[in-house]
Amino acid sequence: MSSELLIKNGRVIDPANGIDKKCDVLIVGEQIAEVGRVEKPVQTIIDAAGKLVVPGLIDIHVHFREPGDEEEETIASGSAAAVAAGFTSVVCMPNTNPVIETETDVEYIHRKGRQARKTHVYTMGAITKGLQGVELAEMGFMAEAGAVGFTDDGRGVQDPAVMLRALKYAAMFNVVVAQHCQAENFTGNGVMNSGYYSTILGLPGIDPLAEEMILWRDIQLIKKAEVRYHAQHISTAGSVELIRAAKKDSLPITCEVAPHHLLLTEQCCAEYDTNYKVNPPLRSEKDVEALKQAIAEGLIDALATDHAPHLQSEKELEFLTAPFGIASLECALGLYVKALIEPGVLDWPGLIRMMAEKPAKIIGVDKGTLGRGKQADVTIINPNAEYEIDVNTFRSKSRNCPYHGWKVKGKVETTIVGGEIRFESESR
Amino acid sequence: MALKRKSKQFKWLRKHLLGLRELSAEEITYILDTAEGFEQISTRSVKKAPPLRGKVVVNLFYEDSTRTRNSFSLAASRLSADIIEFTKKTSSVSKGESLLDTARNLEALGIDIVVVRHNAGGATKFLSRNINACVINAGDGFCEHPTQGLLDTYTIRKIKGTLEGLKIAIVGDIAHSRVARSDMWAMTKLGAEIIFVGPPTLMPPQVRQLPVKVSYSLDEVIEKVDVINMLRIQFERLGGNPFPSIREYSHYFGLTVERMKRAKPDILVMHPGPINRGLEIESEVADGRNSVILEQVTNGLAVRMAVMFLVNQAAAQQK
Repeated sequence: MSSELLIKNGRVIDPANGIDKKCDVLIVGEQIAEVGRVEKPVQTIIDAAGKLVVPGLIDIHVHFREPGDEEEETIASGSAAAVAAGFTSVVCMPNTNPVIETETDVEYIHRKGRQARKTHVYTMGAITKGLQGVELAEMGFMAEAGAVGFTDDGRGVQDPAVMLRALKYAAMFNVVVAQHCQAENFTGNGVMNSGYYSTILGLPGIDPLAEEMILWRDIQLIKKAEVRYHAQHISTAGSVELIRAAKKDSLPITCEVAPHHLLLTEQCCAEYDTNYKVNPPLRSEKDVEALKQAIAEGLIDALATDHAPHLQSEKELEFLTAPFGIASLECALGLYVKALIEPGVLDWPGLIRMMAEKPAKIIGVDKGTLGRGKQADVTIINPNAEYEIDVNTFRSKSRNCPYHGWKVKGKVETTIVGGEIRFESESR
Repeated sequence: MALKRKSKQFKWLRKHLLGLRELSAEEITYILDTAEGFEQISTRSVKKAPPLRGKVVVNLFYEDSTRTRNSFSLAASRLSADIIEFTKKTSSVSKGESLLDTARNLEALGIDIVVVRHNAGGATKFLSRNINACVINAGDGFCEHPTQGLLDTYTIRKIKGTLEGLKIAIVGDIAHSRVARSDMWAMTKLGAEIIFVGPPTLMPPQVRQLPVKVSYSLDEVIEKVDVINMLRIQFERLGGNPFPSIREYSHYFGLTVERMKRAKPDILVMHPGPINRGLEIESEVADGRNSVILEQVTNGLAVRMAVMFLVNQAAAQQK
């Protein structure tokens, strides 16, 4: 007989099925058996009174650094961090060393994920071999091995002819092509947003146009291909306008926003703290407001952390030479609450939609809902629990997190992956 | 607001000199006043004073330098300090050691003052947070070069009496110039009006948000200004070609004898060096009667002595 698990009396939020009510969730084996009033004696009961019971959260943009940079993060440490943060699925980016560009590479990521036994670990494959932007990688074989999309993330595909070829070719496999929008020869050696602060800090800047011109170009290109396109971590007001226009034209485009682009601005770089060095860079107040406004309007599809762990020794360099990236997976929920729920940009169903339902759709997996018969990935959240972010408690191997010491609300209590409790907070 | 020339009651508290943006007008004036006191040491037969005796100064230079480096060395030796010279080429940096590790190792040797030049903006601020020694910025990327800004300001004040109300043009590659930035912060704080002059391709982003005027025409500016500071084109930092040819650049932005004919008769011609004769400035102008280029170098010594003296004193008081 399959094991049974009953989550009682929580506020169940399942946007995909239009549910937001106090009820119970019954899990039998690996599947959701029932959502409603369940009066049945079962072996394991979780009392979720006062808590939110939501579809397992999905982060479609993480860097777990394995293979190649296991000192920064491994699939085991990254997925332990993920599950503690309420994520039941994550999507690794392929810019590892070596690059994830063959079916064997994809299988390796999956195997490491299974061995970690924490969260579902998916991966995207590279669009081009070695992320060089020249020759297409074996997208077909990778898709067959389970790659949920393709990207050269860390950089964008620069050559428009190559990008068009990739978009057209990928259409054969019904997978999403994701792009890190950035024109490299326009970015040069920039390390922060181009503007007043880069000028007074004497640091080379990255103009918002570097992102916008590639996004604009890709929007033109997808009109010539029949493929789903996803703009990763958009960061500027101009990008929002491009997305708005493309969606108005009913193009198959989605996009994501990272927490730092909702909470931090270029001004944060004023003391040369490299924990604020991130790509795309922190932008202006105006851009932050535009992104929030776009989220309120439903223009942005998903929230994704772009969790980018780095060693302390790497971040302890000059701003010019330190690597880009912020590690934020483990405190993501609290950050989104601060950025979006507290100022009233979104309500909880709206947030869950962007953290579970829509991300699942983007990567084309049958997840992100609590529908009967679906795989039982469930996250239980205490929405009012306040806590202080402390990097020293991170399960992630890295500490490059500018939110250390921030007080946030919204704590993950329990994470259930495939019907199995994979994380329970100590406060439970 | 006119500032008192001698700020006697003022107490200097900073153990680092990282930039002029963060200094008040009073602090800048205090350094200049202190430098005046040190200027006469160089004219004595025994060119030494004891304030840094027993102290160790490191010249930590990650970029090439002649003037600044020698000036700091000499200033330290005039103040009786011991000096360690450190260059990128002959050190562990060529073996991949990070700036922080290098500095920590030097600190383990017991240094008191680090004079740093580095290609990364903010490198000195970064160091000051991570080591105990005093840090003096000798140029970080295109952020600041505070002692150059101070010596330029000192030179102008010495000759013109005050900065208040002066119009000062800074001409050339503003985008990549730390001198332009440090000059701007110091001189505007002391009441001067700064005009950045150069092609739009050599202006930094959001230049209009800086406390300066901007002109793309040297011809329009030349008649109006009391001081003109000619910057070197930093070919090593340019990237791409922001102007089509040197010839065309010189045509629009070179300080030529012809242009000088339209300048005020008492205009001060300055240049932080090294000069490219015939490019941004014609030889006859560089060596002419309005030029104070070599006086800048001389004054730099007094200014650097003052800075080392002050940061050391502040560090001693904080112990």
